[in-house]
Amino acid sequence: MSTISREEVARLAALARIDLSEAELTRLAGELDVIVESVAKVSEIATADVPATSHPLPLTNVFRDDVPVEPLPVADVLAGAPAAEDGRFLVPQILEED
Amino acid sequence: MSTSTVALVDYDEAVARFDPVIGIEVHVELGTRTKMFDGAPTEFGADPNTQVTPVSLGLPGALPVLNGTAVESAIKIGLALNCQIAEVCRFARKNYFYPDIPKNFQTSQYDEPIAHDGFLDVELEDGTVVRVEIERAHMEEDAGKNTHVGGATGRIHGAEYSLVDYNRAGIPLIEIVTRPITGVGTRAPEVARAYVQTLRDIFRALEVSEARMERGNVRADVNVSLRPSPDAPLGTRTETKNVNSFRSVERAVRFEISRQAAVLDGGGTVVQETRHWHEDTGVTTPGRVKSDAEDYRYFPEPDLVPVAPSRDWVEEIRATLPEMPVARRRRLQDEWGYADAEMRDVVNAGAIELIESTVAAGASPAAARKWWMGELARTANTDGVALEELLVTPLQVAELQGLVESGRLNDKLARQVLAGVLAGEGSPEQVAHDRGLEVVSDDGPLIAAVDEALAAQPDVAEKIRSGNLGPVGAIIGAVMKATRGQADAGRVRELVLERVAQD
Amino acid sequence: MAADLTRRSAADLAQALRSGEVSSVEVTQAHLDRIAAVDGAVHAFLHVSTEDALATARDVDARRAAGEELPALAGVPVAVKDVVVTKGMPTTAGSRILSGWVPPYDATLVERLRAAGMPILGKTNMDEFAMGSSTEHSAYGDTHNPWDLDRIPGGSGGGSAAAVAAFEAPLAIGTDTGGSIRQPGAVTGTVGVKPTYGGVSRYGLIALASSLDQAGPVTRTVLDSALLHEVIGGHDPRDSTSLAEPLPDVVGAARLGLTGDLTGVRVGVVRELDGEGYQAGVRDRFEESLDLLRGAGAEVVEVSCPHFDYALAAYYLILPSEASSNLAKFDGMRFGLRVEPTDGPATAERVMGATRGAGFGDEVKRRIILGTYALSAGYYDAYYGSAQKVRTLIQRDFAAAFEQVDVLVSPTAPTTAFKLGEKLDDPLAMYLNDVATIPANLAGVPGMSVPNGLVDGLPVGFQILAPARADDRLYRVGAALETLLEQRWGGPLLAQAPELPTAAPEGSQP
Repeated sequence: MSTISREEVARLAALARIDLSEAELTRLAGELDVIVESVAKVSEIATADVPATSHPLPLTNVFRDDVPVEPLPVADVLAGAPAAEDGRFLVPQILEED
Repeated sequence: MSTSTVALVDYDEAVARFDPVIGIEVHVELGTRTKMFDGAPTEFGADPNTQVTPVSLGLPGALPVLNGTAVESAIKIGLALNCQIAEVCRFARKNYFYPDIPKNFQTSQYDEPIAHDGFLDVELEDGTVVRVEIERAHMEEDAGKNTHVGGATGRIHGAEYSLVDYNRAGIPLIEIVTRPITGVGTRAPEVARAYVQTLRDIFRALEVSEARMERGNVRADVNVSLRPSPDAPLGTRTETKNVNSFRSVERAVRFEISRQAAVLDGGGTVVQETRHWHEDTGVTTPGRVKSDAEDYRYFPEPDLVPVAPSRDWVEEIRATLPEMPVARRRRLQDEWGYADAEMRDVVNAGAIELIESTVAAGASPAAARKWWMGELARTANTDGVALEELLVTPLQVAELQGLVESGRLNDKLARQVLAGVLAGEGSPEQVAHDRGLEVVSDDGPLIAAVDEALAAQPDVAEKIRSGNLGPVGAIIGAVMKATRGQADAGRVRELVLERVAQD
Repeated sequence: MAADLTRRSAADLAQALRSGEVSSVEVTQAHLDRIAAVDGAVHAFLHVSTEDALATARDVDARRAAGEELPALAGVPVAVKDVVVTKGMPTTAGSRILSGWVPPYDATLVERLRAAGMPILGKTNMDEFAMGSSTEHSAYGDTHNPWDLDRIPGGSGGGSAAAVAAFEAPLAIGTDTGGSIRQPGAVTGTVGVKPTYGGVSRYGLIALASSLDQAGPVTRTVLDSALLHEVIGGHDPRDSTSLAEPLPDVVGAARLGLTGDLTGVRVGVVRELDGEGYQAGVRDRFEESLDLLRGAGAEVVEVSCPHFDYALAAYYLILPSEASSNLAKFDGMRFGLRVEPTDGPATAERVMGATRGAGFGDEVKRRIILGTYALSAGYYDAYYGSAQKVRTLIQRDFAAAFEQVDVLVSPTAPTTAFKLGEKLDDPLAMYLNDVATIPANLAGVPGMSVPNGLVDGLPVGFQILAPARADDRLYRVGAALETLLEQRWGGPLLAQAPELPTAAPEGSQP
């Protein structure tokens, strides 16, 4: 019995911009329980007094000097583009305005 | 997208019935030579996609490294806005899909801004000072630029496809967020404008950005809400994005107040939404509602390490901060002894630096103001140019004033000399020499001229002799005419009286 | 001649090249021939860069002939996992979404390989975006374990491990996010090292989980790993998480270890990594190796790292979260695959969805959805945040353990290589392969897997873990164990591997 619904998986897939088939949605709904179990497990010991570690080794203040490097040649920039025009990447029409 | 149906309430009526509350988010592009997270150059106006590296293109495998100068600029801005500078802060990833952000996440500070809890005193045109509280200033990166091609209107909705240029992607941005600005009532639009303008002046004073509005170096998002009274809880706000001139900031706030008042008057509720400002029509329209409901899935950026500015570094930066524009203005007004209205005129004319330099070159503040706000302002106005574009330097204005004060030029001659300087004929000294414009200070020729004038008008001479000083002016006028204005009128008067007495 | 060359260690080849016994072209060609002969059966390579490799070899030979002083491994060829970007060479990360993509730049470690004069033989197969423990999740077909072609070579770096085990390359580069270097090493009888986090630049590694990923050597001997580690390691200003300190003397440590003396070295057996779920033969080989270490003078004690039991759960929150964000850039807009939706308008949003739906395999989709869930509104603190706390606790376990001992040890993987397809439908069983290797990634400490014998004719590995920045300890202990085991076996373990079926040679084309 899965705890994450098929609808929830569909919402996540939309958020992650992945088209999923009906079969994939159903299968993934069952498989997402692993994460719920993982949460239950870590919750046993992740108490408020334990600080979080986001970096394995504690470095700070890694800065770069403000000195320009050679940019990529524009031919290289666009070489891998699925489509390009006038030195720019051609992308399909954008519906969502920011 | 039709805007003709939007109901509006007259602005004065709107603010009479509702208390507006505003909030402003300003993005400033830093003027660093390279991007926030890589060494790609940031020159304005370069050909598309020529200012990119694997990092700013978000290519697989590329990694960010923070620009130290951008951090320093952020701290400068934070200090100038009287903020606390964080002891430790981090970057986060703001995840959303959009073709102009190459990684499909924006690297931005989220819950740990580098600067927080500050304020900025903003001076309105009439001298009123409003304190704007600053919630935070944080570092982030700019997006690329989409150009929409095809479709009937060229607008996004009608576009057939878009072309993307990533030159701007990754340019360092500082976002400055105010707390809700309350209690400004009808002046809300003016406060919004003055706030953005003051920030612009600060960015320039700090030399962290050219802060050119027309290039989009400074962009404002304005939040507006209305409530029935200042005691009521805050109303629902709208956020109008990317308002890119001072005037538009003022107009957008004004429009939203009128629009929201109409909504509320009609018994409706204001929808919390993003709106777009239309410069041409002067209205805001709703943006498309995002299906993702702004679930940005923030988490700490694992490819960057925390920023922990040492207190020594912060103090070092604080020590090098230039005087902020408002403080400087107050100091100079004090030093120069200008009245409030005079100082305001000087500020509005953009003449502060010019007058400051002129005074530094030896002119009195009053004389410097007289020249720049008088003759020179008129010339600039007539020619349709800015004061600093005139072909005269503060040093030359001071020199000109020196010639007047030493008696070598009178006002009329000085204006002629100035005309010569503006015409590119050289320094005041040079022009005076070349044009032969100088007060005649040798009494010899003057005495001759006076005698001639007295002889030419014996009846007038007689009246003076008999103690009626009224007609002295006529003789002085004749002398001035004879000397082509190069005589010192005071000295001429003395000589007239002397010569009449001697007869 | 050719067969001899491919059987030699990188250290031997480097010596032979220096002495003029062989040329780099000969060594490189021998490996290209071997690839042509056996890779049809093994499928370790996704791309063989014949021309590029031979050009480098010719250049090195010319420079050597001109009397130029060359780096230690100049002329010795290397294979590179396909998750590492290579300028002018296809790079897919095992994914259909990157099919045909040729990067315009080199990863830092690739620059260093090139600067060291090492011919790059090609790109090795892997689980898609390094998600997997069997290389069955590659979009480009399975890699087969050279010990038994019906079995998995481990993963995600099964291609690099198999290439080295099949004598197709003396050296290879792997990446390790939860064990992707060490576990394939264990099941293919090869040596694999995950350096300290930050020890090798991540610039140019297609990121899986940024806070866990680390590239490292895949070789047949411990000394060879040290030599390769030295080439690719060290500070890189293009990686903010790169360590500024110089690399410890890993080569010196390996040579010291080869004396077989471990007097005074304290070895801790992690109680939590030696329990149920480990195949009996794996435990037997492990005990035998401990005896050898004791015999070499090491002091072996048991230590407890109680929070290691939570490592897998934390890993399965952190990895998908970071991966869901790292993999967002694969959207069909700037590079790689673009797929139009089958119906409806082809908007950017829908093309992204169609591209990602078609371009990603099942495991990648699963983990992106998991990560999206774990990071989505309201869950962050309970999910990612809690997992990061577990990370702190695991680091504390390591710190406490390393106060008592110099290195920690465990079996690398709980079982020998399973059959291809056997666990494909059971993600959890697959995940358990990494139970012993994950703690090192969570804490950033270095780890090594050294082959320590066979169980039913299949290799198993011995894992050594050291404190952060003390990678040299791995090499000393690893080399000592290796030399003691080889004395017992009478040669390298891989000498016992079955001969592979060979295709008829067709020149140098794969």
